[in-house]
Order: sequence, then structure tokens, then C-alpha cells
Amino acid sequence: MSLLATLRIALAALRVNKLRSALTMLGIVIGVGAVIAMTAIGAGAQARVEDQIRSLGSNLIIVLPGNITSGGVRMGSGAQLTLSEDDAAALPREIPEIEVAAPQLRGGGQVVFGNSNWATQILGVTTDYLVAREWALESGREFTGSDIDAAAKIVLVGQTVARTLFGESDPVGETIRIRNVPHEIVGLLERKGQSMIGQDQDDVVLIPISTARKRVLGGQQVRARNVGSITVKVRQGADVAHAEQLMRDLLRQRHRLQANQEDDFFVRNLSEVLSAQEASSRVLAILLAAIASVSLLVGGIGIMNIMLVSVTERTREIGLRMAVGAKSRDILTQFLVEAVTLSLIGGIVGIVLGAIASVLVGEFAGWRTEMGADAVLLAFGFSAAVGVFFGFYPARKASRLVPIEALRHE
Amino acid sequence: MTDPTPLVATRDLVKVYRMGDTEVHALAGVSVDIARGEFVAVMGASGSGKSTFMNMIGCLDVPTSGSYRLDGEDTAALRADDLASIRNRKIGFVFQQFNLLPRTSALDNVELPLLYAGVPPAERHERARAKLAMVGLDGRAGHHPSQLSGGQQQRVAIARALVNEPKLILADEPTGALDSTTSIEVMALLQALNRDGITIVVVTHERDIAAFASRTIQFRDGRVVSDARHVPRAAWTDPAPPSARAGSRDGARAGWQAPR
Repeated sequence: MSLLATLRIALAALRVNKLRSALTMLGIVIGVGAVIAMTAIGAGAQARVEDQIRSLGSNLIIVLPGNITSGGVRMGSGAQLTLSEDDAAALPREIPEIEVAAPQLRGGGQVVFGNSNWATQILGVTTDYLVAREWALESGREFTGSDIDAAAKIVLVGQTVARTLFGESDPVGETIRIRNVPHEIVGLLERKGQSMIGQDQDDVVLIPISTARKRVLGGQQVRARNVGSITVKVRQGADVAHAEQLMRDLLRQRHRLQANQEDDFFVRNLSEVLSAQEASSRVLAILLAAIASVSLLVGGIGIMNIMLVSVTERTREIGLRMAVGAKSRDILTQFLVEAVTLSLIGGIVGIVLGAIASVLVGEFAGWRTEMGADAVLLAFGFSAAVGVFFGFYPARKASRLVPIEALRHE
Repeated sequence: MTDPTPLVATRDLVKVYRMGDTEVHALAGVSVDIARGEFVAVMGASGSGKSTFMNMIGCLDVPTSGSYRLDGEDTAALRADDLASIRNRKIGFVFQQFNLLPRTSALDNVELPLLYAGVPPAERHERARAKLAMVGLDGRAGHHPSQLSGGQQQRVAIARALVNEPKLILADEPTGALDSTTSIEVMALLQALNRDGITIVVVTHERDIAAFASRTIQFRDGRVVSDARHVPRAAWTDPAPPSARAGSRDGARAGWQAPR
């Protein structure tokens, strides 16, 4: 018997008891809808964390100056700039796991263009900085080595600064004054968004570290070759924790610290924090999907229940079909197709409702939700599998009836 | 009908049912031959084994011991699916309670055996329509069983039994749920089919109904107690149409026209 004919019989049988079929489907609708909505919420949470990692740059370690002890007084973090440009240069040279180490000088100040001004973060950087942060330009050019050497008065502006001073127009080529020193804008940075702690990463201007040291930040702290922090990028695939340990050892050695002395620097492995967050968001996503799957399971049991009732109710029909020549496979297929039809229609409605629900959650709760085609396909396949799994036992029961007993069934 | 082998040949057919601790011998050694083209009535009180016998020769049930050859083919070695195939190709069933699928049109009901025979849809419709016309119901193809009278339902069931051109029609109390006028119509239809060469076995407990057959086999306690040939009672006085026709509630169409 052709599958099409079987499908027609199944649809006719489901139409006979519309309310019952609808209620049975409802179980699958709710199950699949819940799975879709929950995976969308889970995927949204994961995507948010992944975005943060991407905006920070992957495999990133930040080295900050630590406290120094002067005459028994511990001065606290950053009291003195204990890191130097030479430290930064030594790191990738001595440790193969490190791809780049970009030193920075950090300061704040007013930037002025025409009659508007804005207080922002000023970062003195080398050419390695954009590499380490995996930060691209929207327009213009990056710094070159000779810009750094010459302490050129040029600047790369972040999106927030550009928007504040120039609105929507392209700032490249304009001249702004940073702490009263005129700088030509040579490039506009791409948008990075918020950092993990909610800081606006685009509210920044980048100038050559030499310019920052000599012309802009200055001051007694900014001695010869000291730097405010070093951003280190570990090579893809390398063990970040191991690289971190090597780095610690190298810096202690370079700073001539005795075994009983504390580190005079801090190492912050930010991507580790983020990957922990990512792991927890993944667990959350799996948990949500698992909870939703329970309702799908309950829906499947509902199908099984109704199919068993249906087999009992239609025993005479089964007997008659067997008497006129239905083989047990025909009966098995008929009831299996009925169960799968129930679960697939329920699955399709559930996917639609789940999609609507995830959009509503995104709209009203403000959560980010992401619905991938894979989740839809998975839910569809899963509901078909539920139909086969829970429909098989009743269908087999029907197919194994003895024709004469089925015919005589009251 | 030149084939000399009997259509139905049973030898020492025994069927034992187990009911708790006691064994019930529904059939206690039945050997019966039914030749091609016969019209046989199987009679007996309830519990005499006549229905069990019918289920055996209909391949709906398998004997405990003994052999059964249908159309020269030994059925003992066959599996359930092979038996289903034999029922589909060689046997047409007519039941007391019609056993039509509810909420399903007469045409779809008649098509059912063809569905399992794997006949393509267009041919299925055509053959089912032809059989419905043969039993005088071509105008009711779209009706559901609940919209048909008892006699009409039984005629749909007979069309279903005929649709795959079986050699044997087994009718289990075909008139048990019908009034006497309609019963005569149904028996006349079976006689007409028999005249066309189809072998018919009717199980009944009514002597009036058995009289339409040309041979009556009596069962008692699982055994054949008598087996006699006789002149069948005519459903109407040939060749004039029956007076019953005028009183028929099923309309003017004759349900007993010889099949073409």
C-alpha cells in the first residue's frame, strides 16, 4: 500500500475525532514551542557572551603594574608604573606562546573640535594594540612604526568620540585638540560596544605611545619607558594558563624579584573569566532545553496514550482490514503514520508558537533571543522522532492482533 | 470451472480452545470437500463449530491439527502475512454486522481490498464503481454507511467481497441483521453470483436461508452430522421479476441482476 494512501487514511482517522486529535497535538505543540523558545533564549544569552569575548579579543591577558612596598608602606596597585616598554618587547620574544604584547599609557582628558568638546580616555599605544584587541578600522589607516618613532600628532578615534564631536560625518582628516595638543585624525575605529563590566569601549582616542609620553600625558609618573599596562595576546591554540605562568616568571626575573617578594604586577586573564561565563551560559541553555524537553516527553506520552485508546476502540476495524487482506506491516504503518502525523502537525504549530514566544520575550523582557535554523530543524526532527517512538508500541500492538479475535471484539 | 480439484478441501480439521483448565473441542475432526461453483449452507446450533469451520476455511484462524487446502494450496505452512494475501486474493467475506468502516463512503469501503492489493487509484475507483453498480448501488457511492439501510449496507459489503474477483465468498449469517424481505434480496444476490461461477459458503442457523443453497452441511459438537445436496429454493419465479421487488425499500433497482 502506498504511503500516500496510508496518509489519507491517517488524516481521515484523525478528522473523525477532531477535539481529541487537537488536544493530543496540544501536548506536542507546548513541548516543541517550549523547546524552541527556551533554546532561543539560551542561544541569545550565549551569543551575548560570545560577542563580549569577540569585542575584547580572544585569548587576552592584561598585565597591570602592581603595588610596590616602600619602607614598609604598600603603595597599592598602579602607584608606580612598574612595567616598561622593554617588558612588553621581551614577552613575545622570550615566550613563543605569546603572539603580541602591546604596551599602553593611559590617561584622561578633554578632546576639542571646533566649539564642542568631550572628556574621554586617552590611550597611548603601539602598532600591536589593534592586533591584540582584534580591532579593525571603519575608515582611515592604522599607525605605522614610523608614526610611533616620530611621535606623530595623529589619532584614531572611537565611535562614541566621533559621534559626539562630528555627528554622522566622517572625521578622518579633521584635526582635534587633545589636552590642547592638535592631532590629525587618521582613522575611525570600528564599534566595539560595551565591555563585560558595562564600560563603553568606544569612548576612547588612540595616539602613538611616544606622543602620549612626550606631548600629551607627560608628568613625573610617565618616565622614560614605563607603561600603564600591557595587553598580551596568546597564540591561538596555545594553553593560556601556561603562557600566563611563563609570563609571570619572566616578569619576576626581569624585575629582579626575590622569591619572598610579591609580584610588582598584576595579571588579569579576562578571557578566562569570559569563557567561564560562556560555559555557564551554555549550561543555562542546555538546562532550559532539557526542562522544555520534559514537556515534549509528556506530549509524547499523551500521543501514546491516545493511540492505545484508538487501537482498542478500532479493534474491529483492524480485524476487518486484516480480513480483507491487510498485512501486519500495513496496520503497523497506518497507526505509525497516524502518530507521526499528530506529532508533526503539533511540531509545526509548536515551532511557530515558539518563534512568536521568543520574539515576545525579546520584545518585552528585553532579553536577547536567537532562533537558528538548526533549532527549528532539530525541533521538527525531534517531534517526528517522538511520534515514531511513542507511536510504535500502540502500532505494533495493533499489527499483532489476531484477525478473528479482532473481528469479534465488542 | 473445468478444474477438478475441490476449491476447499479439509482433512481431519481439529481446533481446540483452551478456556482456563478445560479444553473445548470446537472442531473435532472435520473432513469436507467443496467443489468449485457450489453454493453451500453450513448449519448448526450455536457452539456447534460452524463458525469455527468458517474461520478456518476463511484463513482467519489456523487449525490445531489437520490440513486445509484452498484452491489446491496447502495453508498449513503459511505465515500470517501469506494468509492475509490469500484472503485478499481468493476470499470475499460478508458478515452479519456488515463490518463497513464508519464515516467512510460506500465507494471507499468497496475499494478497501484493492488498497491492500496495491491496485493504483484510478483502477481502484473504476472496479469499485463497477461492483457497486452490480449490486444496484451505483447512485450511492458517496453515501456513508449511516446513510444507508441495512440491506443497502449488506450489498455494499457484498460489493466489497466481490471487488478483487475472489473464488470463494464466505458469508457468516449474512441475513442475521436483516428483515425477511431484505434477507431474500440478499440471498437472491448470492444465488446470482453463484450462477456466475463463484463458490459460496453461507453460515446460518435458519432453515429458510439454508434452502437457497444447493447443499447443506449440518454441524453438531464440532462434527459434521449430515451433508446433503438439494434443489435450491428460488428467490423468485424465473424469469419474471419477484413480487418482493415491488415491496423493496431499497428502491427499484434490482440487486440481483446477474453480474456481467
